[in-house]
Amino acid sequence: MNPQTAEPETAQFARLAEFIDGLGLGHEPDERQAALIEVLHEAQEIFGYLPEDVQEFVAEKLRLPLGRVFGVISFYHYFTAEPRGKHQINCCLGTACFVRGAEKIIEQFEDTLGIKMGEVTPDKNFSLGTLRCVGACSLAPVVIVDGKTYGRVTPEQAAEIIAEYN
Amino acid sequence: MIKFTSRQDLEAYAGNLRGGEPAPTKILIGMSTCGRASGAEEVYRALIDAAQQHGLDNVSIVKTGCVGLCHAEPLVEVEEPGHPRVTIGDVDPGRAREIIEAVATNAKIPHPYTLGMGIYAKQERIALRNCGRIDPEQIDEYIRTGGYRQLASAIFDKPPEDIIETVKASGLRGRGGGGFPTGIKWAAARKAEGSPKYIVCNADEGDPGAFMDRSILEGDPYSVIEAMAIAGYAVGANKGFIYVRAEYPLAIHHLRVAVERARQHGLLGANILGSDFSFDLKMKFGAGAFVCGEETALLRSIEGSRGQPTVKPPFPAQAGLWGKPTVVNNVETFANIVPILEKGSDWFRSIGTENSPGTKVFALAGNVKNVGLVEVPMGTTLNEIIHDLGGGSRSGKPVKAVQTGGPSGGCIPSEKFDTPIDYDNLIELGSMMGSGGMIVMDEDTSMIGIARFYLQFTCDESCGKCTLCRLGTKRLLQLLDKLLAGAGGPEDIDELQTLGQCVKDGSLCGLGKTAPNPILSTLRWYRKEYDDLAYGGKMIYRIVAEKCIGCTACAKACPAECIEGEKKEPHTIRQEDCIQCGTCIEKCNTGAIIRAAAECAGAR
Ligand SMILES: Cc1cc2nc3c(=O)[nH]c(=O)nc-3n(C[C@H](O)[C@H](O)[C@H](O)COP(=O)(O)O)c2cc1C
Ligand code: FES
Repeated sequence: MNPQTAEPETAQFARLAEFIDGLGLGHEPDERQAALIEVLHEAQEIFGYLPEDVQEFVAEKLRLPLGRVFGVISFYHYFTAEPRGKHQINCCLGTACFVRGAEKIIEQFEDTLGIKMGEVTPDKNFSLGTLRCVGACSLAPVVIVDGKTYGRVTPEQAAEIIAEYN
Repeated sequence: MIKFTSRQDLEAYAGNLRGGEPAPTKILIGMSTCGRASGAEEVYRALIDAAQQHGLDNVSIVKTGCVGLCHAEPLVEVEEPGHPRVTIGDVDPGRAREIIEAVATNAKIPHPYTLGMGIYAKQERIALRNCGRIDPEQIDEYIRTGGYRQLASAIFDKPPEDIIETVKASGLRGRGGGGFPTGIKWAAARKAEGSPKYIVCNADEGDPGAFMDRSILEGDPYSVIEAMAIAGYAVGANKGFIYVRAEYPLAIHHLRVAVERARQHGLLGANILGSDFSFDLKMKFGAGAFVCGEETALLRSIEGSRGQPTVKPPFPAQAGLWGKPTVVNNVETFANIVPILEKGSDWFRSIGTENSPGTKVFALAGNVKNVGLVEVPMGTTLNEIIHDLGGGSRSGKPVKAVQTGGPSGGCIPSEKFDTPIDYDNLIELGSMMGSGGMIVMDEDTSMIGIARFYLQFTCDESCGKCTLCRLGTKRLLQLLDKLLAGAGGPEDIDELQTLGQCVKDGSLCGLGKTAPNPILSTLRWYRKEYDDLAYGGKMIYRIVAEKCIGCTACAKACPAECIEGEKKEPHTIRQEDCIQCGTCIEKCNTGAIIRAAAECAGAR
């Protein structure tokens, strides 16, 4: 979860290698390809994002062309090749949240942090993103910070939420 | 954990569970995503602590899924023998202690939740039968309610064709949106050449604002897993995949536990219950791409590729995963299978309508009082759902419209709320069933704003494979923005209409084919809002003197009393008092009233 763990890179690569080896993949290219998305999920969990050297590592381990790996990363919104902040603030932009004023919440977070959606604060403490419905629509508008759900958020609360992680 | 190696093992085990001394009083606490986010974990701890303090050992406190009253979470239900079930909403640790105190002293349970007509009135819970009733992490609870009896009966008593026949006869249609008959799909996959075959559960739930599949997976994962195994037996598949969106961590967790437990009991894996039927499941995770809910894209994603749809035919039932016959069904579709086999196709057909038998789960959200899940027979009207069960708008203002079908659907105006819901009627109204999301909007909501919201969504989510969808949605969005900025004219509305139709006709997959629906449906029902923008808000009602016979019908009907004129003489509208309601146009017998740009404004 935490991209800025003190864990050294070699240990991170070792963890990823262990995960991939643990999948017990055979030699079938189809089988190796089918594991790609779950491997990328794990890699992003370990590294926080998917920089080029991680992509190359995955491609090599799965014996897939690098282009294939990059193609998948660029297709799925969940994967990112850019580093993220230490804490991820994600505002839900699903319909229920939209109808209940999510746009105002987003504006407030942008103003308070001084960044736009998809950006990272200069001190790398926060990145700001959107999600499309986490299924907690009864609590709309919803904001998720590092997996913790805040429901019925008001614009005034933005600063309070940020302060919890500063 | 016992591994069952025969049907008798399972039956004996189930018999033991049912025979054991059940705790006389049950306290259920909803621990689904919305419950937890509202503080259910603290409430659970408070319940346990208080029960200990009072030395209540004859009470079982059960963590359960969602009962559907999401707006009142955290939610606790108390089942005492000899008493009707009491539901308590908005429970905090303080209330939790009061509840335990009341149970301990046999007093009346405080703060009972009341909904005008009772939560379960008008509802018929088939797919949600166990949600909120059992602990989803305990396979024993599922087995106790009769779980896995149908799988056993399928494997040992019935040829696969019989099962397919029952599902066909039930008339069950896919609950993922398309409404395709499930039995026919299974029959096609059974007949199709090729091996191995696969069963896939579509748990991608892409409609933003819908959460019924999440609730089923969180609250009753075994019902889906059992049904997938039954499907496997029916079509001759030994492997299944559940494709869940990564945004649902709790559903993923409960599924993982459920698959593991089922395996340990020998209810998944090789030689289920000692038979020669084997079936195992693997979980696959989405990565935030809406189009992956479309079945062919979903299959590409399971294969580990970019989730781009492919042309149908061939349908997945003929050539799906790795080109092999594959059944793809939605979570809720699977959740209906066990009850159908248990109670028969006639029973299922007795619920709902002729063309759409059974029930549908709807996720009510947006500007509605009782946000939550309801499962109602098909044919229930929108009024019943939105007003009787939903309690009307949250703001207290009149409900203006409901959006169904998510990004593929449309807005239905309140005048049409007496329509009985089924697949066909919703399409008739320019929307669609979709997966069951219902977003309620009050009169303050701009219909063009909501159309723009969905267009932005499909524009972001278009996979880019076909041109009409990729560029068409972008152009539609530009046109809406132009109108919203006050820079559009009537020609832009025309273009929205024609281009919308083109994108609908010319796109490759369902995403593009339905992407214009939010625009087309709002154009159909709320044209006035578009006109107002196109003419800079200067549209007015005017009476054409040559056509007016002075019958006074309009003047009598005008709520603002701003139409004047002598009887049998042409009337006029006092523009400064007109509230633009359009009543006069409807009342006019000679078509003398028109809505047009005010002369001074002109079309830009
Ligand atoms: C753009 C698009 C998105 C879809 N999203 C979903 C979804 O999230 N969940 C789902 O079950 N079906 C979804 N479908 C429908 C599936 O393609 C497919 O029809 C369905 O999974 C079949 O199962 P059923 O017959 O049980 O409904 C989507 C279709 C389209 C065109
Ligand atoms: S729309 Fe935000 S949680 Fe569903």
